[in-house]
Amino acid sequence: MSYGDFLAVHGTRFLSGAIITAEQTVLAAVLAVAIALVMGLMRLSGNVLIRGVSTVYIEIFRGTSLLVQLYWIFFVLPLFGIPLEKFTAGFAAVGMNLGAYGAEVVRGAIQSVPRGQYEAALALNMSPATRMRRIILPQALLIMLPPWGNLMIELLKGTALVSLISVADLMFEAKQINATTFLSIQAFGTALVIYYVMARFLITPFMRWLEVFMARKMGRA
Amino acid sequence: MSARDYPLQLDGADVPMVRFANVTKRYGTLTVLDALDLDISANEMVSIIGPSGSGKTTVLRMLMTLEEIDDGVIYVDGTPLTHMAQDGRLVRANAAHMRKQRSNIGMVFQHFNLFPHMTALENCMEAPVQVLGLTKDEAKARSLELLAMVGLADKKDQHPSRLSGGQQQRVAIARALAMRPKVMLLDEVTSALDPEVIGEVLNVIRQLNSEHNLTMLMVTHQMGFAKEISDRVCLFYDGKIEEQGPPQEIFGSPKKERTQQFLSAVLEAG
Amino acid sequence: MFDWRWDFAFEIMPRLLWATLNTLLAAGIGYGIALVLGLVFALAQRTRFASLTFIVRELVEFIRSTPLVLQIFFVFYVGPQFGIRLSPWTSGMIAIGLHYAAYLSEVYRAGIESVPRGQWEACWALNLSAGRTYFRIIIPQALPASLPGMGNYMVGIFKDTPMLSVIGVTELMHTANALGSETYRFLEPYTLVGVIFLAISLPTAAGLRWFEAWVRRSLGMGR
Repeated sequence: MSYGDFLAVHGTRFLSGAIITAEQTVLAAVLAVAIALVMGLMRLSGNVLIRGVSTVYIEIFRGTSLLVQLYWIFFVLPLFGIPLEKFTAGFAAVGMNLGAYGAEVVRGAIQSVPRGQYEAALALNMSPATRMRRIILPQALLIMLPPWGNLMIELLKGTALVSLISVADLMFEAKQINATTFLSIQAFGTALVIYYVMARFLITPFMRWLEVFMARKMGRA
Repeated sequence: MSARDYPLQLDGADVPMVRFANVTKRYGTLTVLDALDLDISANEMVSIIGPSGSGKTTVLRMLMTLEEIDDGVIYVDGTPLTHMAQDGRLVRANAAHMRKQRSNIGMVFQHFNLFPHMTALENCMEAPVQVLGLTKDEAKARSLELLAMVGLADKKDQHPSRLSGGQQQRVAIARALAMRPKVMLLDEVTSALDPEVIGEVLNVIRQLNSEHNLTMLMVTHQMGFAKEISDRVCLFYDGKIEEQGPPQEIFGSPKKERTQQFLSAVLEAG
Repeated sequence: MFDWRWDFAFEIMPRLLWATLNTLLAAGIGYGIALVLGLVFALAQRTRFASLTFIVRELVEFIRSTPLVLQIFFVFYVGPQFGIRLSPWTSGMIAIGLHYAAYLSEVYRAGIESVPRGQWEACWALNLSAGRTYFRIIIPQALPASLPGMGNYMVGIFKDTPMLSVIGVTELMHTANALGSETYRFLEPYTLVGVIFLAISLPTAAGLRWFEAWVRRSLGMGR
């Protein structure tokens, strides 16, 4: 069959898979950003215990592979009394994994804010919390956007693994179609192209727009 | 004399606005300030001059609590800044005590350190709202007044990136004044400026000195300005005050040899 | 931990350790391929043939923007469609090698671009051939800047080997899955796999940082 026919027959499956992938990506992204902010700030704490907890989290999730974490969360956590539905386990694993990488980005960005800003805030007698909230974090946010752009693409790619716990995402559908039609190039090739389109023509432009938006909001553009 | 033996409070008729009592600051093996004794009276304008590495900036930074003290005590308006009273003795101040005392002191930095993500007006309003608890309207009124005073009312909605160095520094002065400090610290505030804009900043400082009840401590390389405006000039050398006195004396007839050397070197360069 | 059985854990360790060796082998070969292929990709973008640059650039972007696990499936299943049967190992190595070559090509490019323009001009003035210019002058200077990236991806490849389990390569993850299915106990296999990964990746990352500093020192480039 021609490629056109192939798409006509299987197009809706690819589409539904892509939608699930998009959902997984967005949910994982929200989780990752939240974790990154919390863990990144904790990593900078003066308190040894707080710093230790975040360091352990970051090292574990960066030092082991996402697939291992995914399987552990889906298969092992139930044994500890935390059963997770596969859709949830999917984006939870991806979010927690990329949150660890994000934490280092957040930390790096906060540490890049010039020392003079800290000193000016101190001279104006701001409390450390106010200083972080009103002065340091806003500036750090702008600095961390480009690396976050890369992380978002890694996040999208990471969601492909949830197909291995049978979440019906784009990759899962591609495998199904391949299993029934044996048209591997068409099946996997189409999926590859869709991922590429999502990464290059959706995520990247969005992140660039976000960078411009934040810069303008902060009077830098 | 250990810190515990210093007075808990300075009382009496002639309480200095700022007192450095036997203050020492070390960086590793390097002693940057060596048992410094310095009193500054209310409304006095004191210039600190001297070669680099003499400890001038450290004096300001310690008063602003940007650096920690190693020995001695600093008093502001009679109350210790670096220490606090506990069981009848002085111990190192905790963060809460320092925050309370710090409210008396404001600082203007060499590199301005304006908040880049805020307009000039927002820069001035930020601390009064967040720290002093003023309402936005009150803070805005106060900030507009101060920006007008430094001649930048028309730039109130500009971000720092759109302002020249001299303009940024004037905003920085307005920002510090918005907190109504008793003591203003000026750390080489014109050193990072192009020559043509130095004058506008010096004018503002002149205005501050004549029109406001402010105690001012200024580290500067602008000798002419220091001579014109100061009540007292201190020459620092190697972490100690080499010589101090009224400007005419220091600039006109310096007694110590190091003072003469420094001044002649500076005059040659300027 | 509830229900952790040490006896079972010790029982499965030998099989897991054997699989670890397989994993390390896969990672090593994949990385080796990526190191060389990545340089090819990087240099191919610096020729005067604009079309070649464009094609390679787009290919690199495509590979970097799409999931590795999907690429693995693609390589494994595409062969049979043309009548070529690739073994899991071979397809896995090709897919991982290509994927990381794309990443490494970016690292190399950044490293090469960080070498000051003056170096190129000096080589031109001394009439050095392109080969000599690249291999004796430019690349040695591009190396220190590239090392952190190269190191990160070395650890990254190791952590990505579990994806090979999906096409049946008997590395760590595959073995853990097999153990889990055989014995219905997943706790020990998956946890031990996690521990083994940590035990290898953390010291490796630390060692790489030390190595980078050493290289910078010995090439006489402080910083």
